[in-house]
Amino acid sequence: MFDDFFTRALVAGIGVALTAGPLGCFVVWRRMAYFGDTMAHSALLGVALSLFFQINLLIAVFGVAVVVSLLLLALQRRQSLSADALLGILSHSALAIGLVLVAFMTWVRIDLIAFLFGDILAVTRTDIALIWGGGVLVLAALVWLWRPLIASTVSEDVAEAEGMKPARTRLLFMLLMALVIAIAMKIVGIMLITALLIIPAATARRFSASPELMAVLASLIGALAVVGGLFGSLHYDTPSGPSIVVAALLFFILSLLPAAGKNTAEKAGNQGVR
Amino acid sequence: MLMSNRARAPKIESQLVSLANAGIRRDGRWLVRGVDFSIRRGEVVTLIGPNGAGKSTTAKLAIGVLRPDEGSVARLSGLRVGYVPQKLSIDWTMPLSVRRLMRLTGPLNDADLLAALASTGISHLIDAEVRYLSGGEFQRALLARAIARKPDLMVLDEPVQGVDFAGESALYDLIRSIRNSTGCGILMISHDLHMVMAGTDTVICLNGHVCCRGTPEVVSQSADYLKLFGNSRSLAVYNHHHDHTHLPDGRVMHGDGSVTDHCHPDDGHHHHDGHDHGHSDHDHHGGHHHGDHAEAKGEGRV
Repeated sequence: MFDDFFTRALVAGIGVALTAGPLGCFVVWRRMAYFGDTMAHSALLGVALSLFFQINLLIAVFGVAVVVSLLLLALQRRQSLSADALLGILSHSALAIGLVLVAFMTWVRIDLIAFLFGDILAVTRTDIALIWGGGVLVLAALVWLWRPLIASTVSEDVAEAEGMKPARTRLLFMLLMALVIAIAMKIVGIMLITALLIIPAATARRFSASPELMAVLASLIGALAVVGGLFGSLHYDTPSGPSIVVAALLFFILSLLPAAGKNTAEKAGNQGVR
Repeated sequence: MLMSNRARAPKIESQLVSLANAGIRRDGRWLVRGVDFSIRRGEVVTLIGPNGAGKSTTAKLAIGVLRPDEGSVARLSGLRVGYVPQKLSIDWTMPLSVRRLMRLTGPLNDADLLAALASTGISHLIDAEVRYLSGGEFQRALLARAIARKPDLMVLDEPVQGVDFAGESALYDLIRSIRNSTGCGILMISHDLHMVMAGTDTVICLNGHVCCRGTPEVVSQSADYLKLFGNSRSLAVYNHHHDHTHLPDGRVMHGDGSVTDHCHPDDGHHHHDGHDHGHSDHDHHGGHHHGDHAEAKGEGRV
């Protein structure tokens, strides 16, 4: 049952989930779900550019996500359109341009479904190294940025007044988002990255008494969803990304059940301390 | 921390922050313009003015949350600020206890944390989640957080909004006692004119620009102030300082020590113009504090 590719997928998926958990908490707290979606959708444009210019996929996806997020910040500053409408425009046009570009390149055959919804079989040893290397980098940066990030999430004005640099913090946070999107793309796919960011964080909310605990729990819940989803995917022969998201959703629904609340809270709390 | 135009901004050690002709423009409109004032250690400066006068904007200029589009703002380098903003909405999805809120922008030892919460009367709420606090309790928590930082400058934007009547004066007493014990400067925005009159060294009346300024007594009697706030009899002036004394022989001794035959607002001996000398509660005894209010000098109107 534990074929080699499956172990690789598990290791890679758990790495992505551990990284996505704390970042996802900030996406929830800062109400950036749609923002994350937009960055993720732009990843397909990155895929197309990487094929066209024959550059590294990860670098291309990361680069495009960074450019799109900077573009969003610049457009928001002009305040000519609501952030919501801007996100809608960028999100879907980035995805559409990516699809069109891929269609133009008749000389390459790519498995579009694998990019959109993730593919266990595609996970290589190099991917695992990138996921865990990138993940450690992202988590280390989050630990370093933790206090300013929390402070500027509560109030950018207070953070600025009391000697922090919320603008720089926001920029660094976006770079981390772009990095996570680039490394998570292969596991859950472009369309579903935001789900892996948000659903575990939302599930963790109920059992958390502090932002720190919520971040740790989101990582653990995400990892459980990856394990459950990948086993389901293997068993029912379903695509890996959607299976992981369905598993995460099941945990979320379980967390909503009133009776389960108390017990799970204690169990989850103990896990968080360890 | 110094902003633009270093040379122009006066750089005096005791001045925590000073604004020189500062203005800020948004969407082609000046929110505030030509704002000049400074805050020294141990000084309480209060901004008053109608809605939309630019009070919060001015406070944000002073602490660097907003950059001036005109003029300059200079802050003492390494200035430690404690800020209580007018509005703060925490997304309910963030689990945040009062204890965690206290450590929002910097580490804090338990003793200081507990002392600050005790001083604002919410020790019992230390582990309460912030989103379940009432408006008044939340204000107390924010104030405690600012106090616990032991700042050089506290900036309090309507710090007692939503606090019950009994609590209000207690919190104002607390703010004053913190100034007295730590010597920090305080920039406050308040609609409570009683408090402004009782506990403030300098009042700055804003309405897009500085309308008038000076000691509370001066401002409360200036025409600009009366135009904005009406001639409210209920606004008692608690501490009435004078810059001159009427001597028994009819001559007048001024705050700068000189003696003249008459008392004219514009004779150069007064620290301000626009002072009403006809008020009935004029205190003619000696021994007043004089010359404490250098800020009032020559700034009756703009």
